[in-house]
Amino acid sequence: MSKTPAGTLYRGREGMWSWVGHRVTGVAIFFFLLVHVLDTALVRVSPEAYNVVINTYKNPIMALLEAGLVAAIVFHAFNGLRVILVDFWKKGPKYQAKLLWGVIGLWVVVMVPFLIRHLTLAFTGGH
Amino acid sequence: MAATTEIQAPRSGRIAPEYNRHGSSRGNFEMFAWLFMRVSGLVLVVLVFGHLFVNLMVGEGVHAIDFGFVAGKWADPFWQVWDLAMLWLAMLHGTNGVRTIINDYAEKDGTRFWLKAVLYAATAVIIVLGTLVIFTFDPCPPNAAADLLPSFCPAP
Ligand code: HEM
Ligand code: HEM
Repeated sequence: MSKTPAGTLYRGREGMWSWVGHRVTGVAIFFFLLVHVLDTALVRVSPEAYNVVINTYKNPIMALLEAGLVAAIVFHAFNGLRVILVDFWKKGPKYQAKLLWGVIGLWVVVMVPFLIRHLTLAFTGGH
Repeated sequence: MAATTEIQAPRSGRIAPEYNRHGSSRGNFEMFAWLFMRVSGLVLVVLVFGHLFVNLMVGEGVHAIDFGFVAGKWADPFWQVWDLAMLWLAMLHGTNGVRTIINDYAEKDGTRFWLKAVLYAATAVIIVLGTLVIFTFDPCPPNAAADLLPSFCPAP
């Protein structure tokens, strides 16, 4: 018999998927941050070194990666607030699944204007 | 019936001694770590969203970022403190999060030990480096081409 029970309260439902998403985005942001501090440190090498590296970032592929990074951090931030509500607000556990829909709704509300602005800047403006 | 299952509140706050996994010797570290994740998370929402807004949304967005842009920001102690707080909080929050994940998935004692050793070493290097960069930053380095420098640098 399979060791994994079907149809539990947690497995495969909102609680589990939000946790998976929180974990994956958290790790991704962490590795980004390690690289990000290293590239920012180039300002101590020379203005040329910093500008050369930053300029290689200013292309459409990087613009999409930046959009992905922002999508990840916005989800992680809003879902983190949801986790805090579940832990500290009396009704949090009861509404945890509804709160996840709130997180997704807010995520869309923030991401749509962000993407319009960011992608317009990245694909039209500039040098 | 599955859809209407009620989850009962735990009936007792007391933990029977046989289920208490560690003596008092470990102190409250895990509780502080848990609380730190929540408090730092709240502060990071403001710091990171502010960082992204100023660097990606205002003016020309990413196109504006170059040495002069960074020099202009760090000429203001406000942004120095902002970035310093963001560096420390995000690194400690992220490190503690990754520590939890290592504890979850690395089952062998040796593997867990070495993964965490690498994690803490990387964290220490990044925090020290990032802090030094903010405080030893020179907006007008000698021998640099003037057109790369912020406008407030004295003419060579
Ligand atoms: C694509 C998105 C991002 C861009 C374009 C960007 C750009 C920059 C720039 C230009 C700086 C130089 C100083 C300043 O402007 O304040 C900087 C520093 C910094 N950024 Fe970002 N950033 C991004 C995302 C993030 C994220 C998501 C985090 C946090 C998780 C972060 C954390 C930091 C930190 C801690 C510093 C200071 C580094 C140091 O102490 O040397 N950044 N970033
Ligand atoms: C923007 C604001 C942020 C908020 C509100 C936030 C909130 C949280 C909270 C409440 C937790 C604990 C989850 C739990 O105990 O189940 C957590 C975990 C975590 N966070 Fe954040 N966080 C933020 C930013 C960041 C950043 C910048 C990083 C990376 C440098 C990061 C990486 C992680 C990681 C790796 C975990 C562990 C995930 C796990 O154990 O599954 N977070 N976050």
